[in-house]
Amino acid sequence: MYGLFLRHFYLITRSFPRILDLIYWPSIQITLWGFISNFFASHTTYYNNAVGVILTCAILYDFLFRTSIGFNMLFLEEIWSRNFTNLFIAPMKISEILTSLIFTALVRALIGLIPAVLLTSPLFGISILELGIYLFFLFLSLYIFGITLGILVSAGLLRFGPSFENIAWSTMFLLAPFGCIYYPIEILPEIFQKIAYMLPLVYIFEEARNILINNTVDISNLIQAYMLNMVYIIISITLFFYSFNKARDKGTLINIGE
Amino acid sequence: MKTLVEVQNLKKNYGDKQAVKSISFKINENEILGLLGPNGSGKTTTIGMMLGLLKPTSGEILIEGDKIEDDRIKILQKINFISPYIELPKKLTVKQNLIVFGKLYKIKNLNDRIDYLTSKLRLSDILNRITGELSSGQKNRASLAKSLINDPKVLLLDEPTASLDPEIGDFIRSFLEDYKKEKKISILLASHNMNEVTRLCKSILMMKDGIIVDSGSPASLIEKHGRKNLEEVFLKLSRRSNEHN
Repeated sequence: MYGLFLRHFYLITRSFPRILDLIYWPSIQITLWGFISNFFASHTTYYNNAVGVILTCAILYDFLFRTSIGFNMLFLEEIWSRNFTNLFIAPMKISEILTSLIFTALVRALIGLIPAVLLTSPLFGISILELGIYLFFLFLSLYIFGITLGILVSAGLLRFGPSFENIAWSTMFLLAPFGCIYYPIEILPEIFQKIAYMLPLVYIFEEARNILINNTVDISNLIQAYMLNMVYIIISITLFFYSFNKARDKGTLINIGE
Repeated sequence: MKTLVEVQNLKKNYGDKQAVKSISFKINENEILGLLGPNGSGKTTTIGMMLGLLKPTSGEILIEGDKIEDDRIKILQKINFISPYIELPKKLTVKQNLIVFGKLYKIKNLNDRIDYLTSKLRLSDILNRITGELSSGQKNRASLAKSLINDPKVLLLDEPTASLDPEIGDFIRSFLEDYKKEKKISILLASHNMNEVTRLCKSILMMKDGIIVDSGSPASLIEKHGRKNLEEVFLKLSRRSNEHN
């Protein structure tokens, strides 16, 4: 029994991502649900059409989640199947690998999204299409951010190896409290608001609620989201190339592959 | 005879540790060069650098005169690799895997290439089976087909017959001999199977602690060291180096 305990204890203590994983899941859950509870307790009349707005935001968030996780899954799949080396010795540029994964992640996310969108109408009498043409821009913005997170996590996997895997699963949950998916940014403490304003998510979900609740469109929210998206995706792609070069230097590509 | 692979003063350091310490060698066309050495001697690191998976600290690797650090994609087009430590995606059929890799290598007339390899490697009966459900020998032949999908001029083999039964091992060795003769390719063979190396390789490099401690044909090495076979030469060189350490 002690041997089995030690087997897992050694595993945990030798891996910083695993320690981080243990600590921050409960913290994130408490934080996210704390903010949601606070908001509903103090703003009972905010959502006149609560189900529609919450469900729309849930679908938007799920699309973001699926895009990001989908991208990471494609990368992890190659590690798990021990096909990683085969992929990186094929005559493909890194940019071609990224483009291929970005496109495949979109297809995966859409396969999950379309049934969910279709189900909301007969089950709850709600159509996400009420967001109109702006729905496309909101989805596109979320897609870019999801891909950005996917590339960032994949850069970590390249650089640090499979132990970075746990981070892949948890990035979205880490950002969820700051994304203000179900509540306006004002509900957050000031310091958290400053962090949230640095993420495109706030502007995307703020705009989704604005369209559904106030029936108005604030283009500045979309512009702000796209500008931040551009900054983050450039950073993530740069980091991916940097990680690839570092992995070639440190030998991680060989270690992951085997 | 044309030299296809030229490795010049190749070094690889991981921090303070020198994994490969300035090695040089050549592989001609229609030649199988054996790369022998105990675990940790630098064989995998050398192969990793030849595949572009590792960045050399210094030195050069030229494939048909092109440097891998300058034109990685061009070189990867004419090189391939097989190792028991890497696998084909398990959930795909053998044929799907060959199609995927054929597309990655941008192979023209892919169906013809797959037909050729499957008939040569006795894969026709298992072409539509899920790769993960195959036996070790079948998986090995499927991986070998993948490694030849691009009709490589240089083939790197890391323990190509490890964990195979003698019949399949013999089939693979015969196949490699015939294929090398037919296509006049260069093969670098890293193996711990001394009979295999003796049978396939005209010349051998013996590595230990990141350097080439000896080289020559199997017969010349056996004679030079006054041993009965290559395994005894291997043990002598490994132990001698250890004593020096």
